[in-house]
Amino acid sequence: MKPLIACHDCDLLQHKIPLGVEQISKCIRCDAILSHHKRNTLDRTLALSLSGLILFTLANVFPFMTFQFEGRAQINTLISGVIELFDSGMLELSILVFLTSILAPLIKLLGMVYILVPLKFNKTPWKLKSVYRAIQTLSPWAMTEVYLLGVFVAYVKLADLAEVIPGVALFSFASLILITAAADYSWNPEMVSEKLA
Amino acid sequence: MKIKITSAKKASLIHCHLCGQLNRTRKAKELSLLECSHCDATLHVRKPNSISRTWALVITAFLLYIPANVLPVMTVISMGHGEPDTILSGIHALMESGMWPLAILIFFASITVPMLKLLGLIFLLVSIRLKSKWRPKERTKLYRIIEAVGRWSMVDIFMVSILIALVKLGSLATIEPGAGATFFAGVVVITMFAAMSFDPRLIWDAIEEEKK
Repeated sequence: MKPLIACHDCDLLQHKIPLGVEQISKCIRCDAILSHHKRNTLDRTLALSLSGLILFTLANVFPFMTFQFEGRAQINTLISGVIELFDSGMLELSILVFLTSILAPLIKLLGMVYILVPLKFNKTPWKLKSVYRAIQTLSPWAMTEVYLLGVFVAYVKLADLAEVIPGVALFSFASLILITAAADYSWNPEMVSEKLA
Repeated sequence: MKIKITSAKKASLIHCHLCGQLNRTRKAKELSLLECSHCDATLHVRKPNSISRTWALVITAFLLYIPANVLPVMTVISMGHGEPDTILSGIHALMESGMWPLAILIFFASITVPMLKLLGLIFLLVSIRLKSKWRPKERTKLYRIIEAVGRWSMVDIFMVSILIALVKLGSLATIEPGAGATFFAGVVVITMFAAMSFDPRLIWDAIEEEKK
């Protein structure tokens, strides 16, 4: 008997068909994407998530933006907003911004590297199931790309008021978004689920 | 060849929402304790109490939507003079300084998206209640859009967090966050949870009942 899969959106049972490179299988009833065979998924995702971690470090260490106004300069980093919200007594908001712009993207990247390095050497990482579940659950809360749009809006709002100088961290952060988008794309949950059984 | 259309539910199988593995349904009694054989995630044939949970979250989000738009999200204090900014007045300021594309973008992300998400979810909930057979494929697509687009509403919250950190020039100019921001973040987070607790497979269950 051929292996079966169920569509995650409409629950239809259908046969799992073997896919060629870069082929997509869609649900015959509701068009949901069931499976996507990606080229070189393990190597690519590993390389991308490792570079993502490097960029993440740069984005957190270096100044993000500098605000200059009548000879006074205010340098801030990625976490400044979180600290500032916390100091203004907005605890819930600072936790939310911390989670979505820093913690969730970091855990996602670390988790991917943690899983992929042993897989690369044909080993099964310790607590694979828990780490895998954490990544899948946290994914919707990693919002770096939305954060960058927020940076852009803030920049435009301040631009005619004073000089805003983008820092190294801002460029690292922007590259991080491209890298994580590419990593998310090449990440194929199937390569992990094969090891889960 | 005869093609039989069956859902996993009817075939006594459960699809794991985290890893996609199909698991055999055991006795109904054990159902609440069932774990995926692959990744140990808790399994549900359908998301638990999907309809009532989604309704509750949608109504909560609607209530929060009011203070989120009425209260200021931030206050610009310059020379001891404070100027509160709500989401709408922020958009208005962008329009006045000629930033039309950005104003439209923020209007879309902060006002249109949360509203359309909530109305879309209500539409889906009502259509399931009526056991509608109308365009299930398009309704499923609507759900996918609702689920994907919600995160972009966070842009205003991020903007506030960046502005308050950057503009700290003592008596010259400071920006302080307002209560509206917390309510607005509440709307975004709760609509995300509402979309997550909705189960699109319920749309198709009504169609399968018909065939019986």
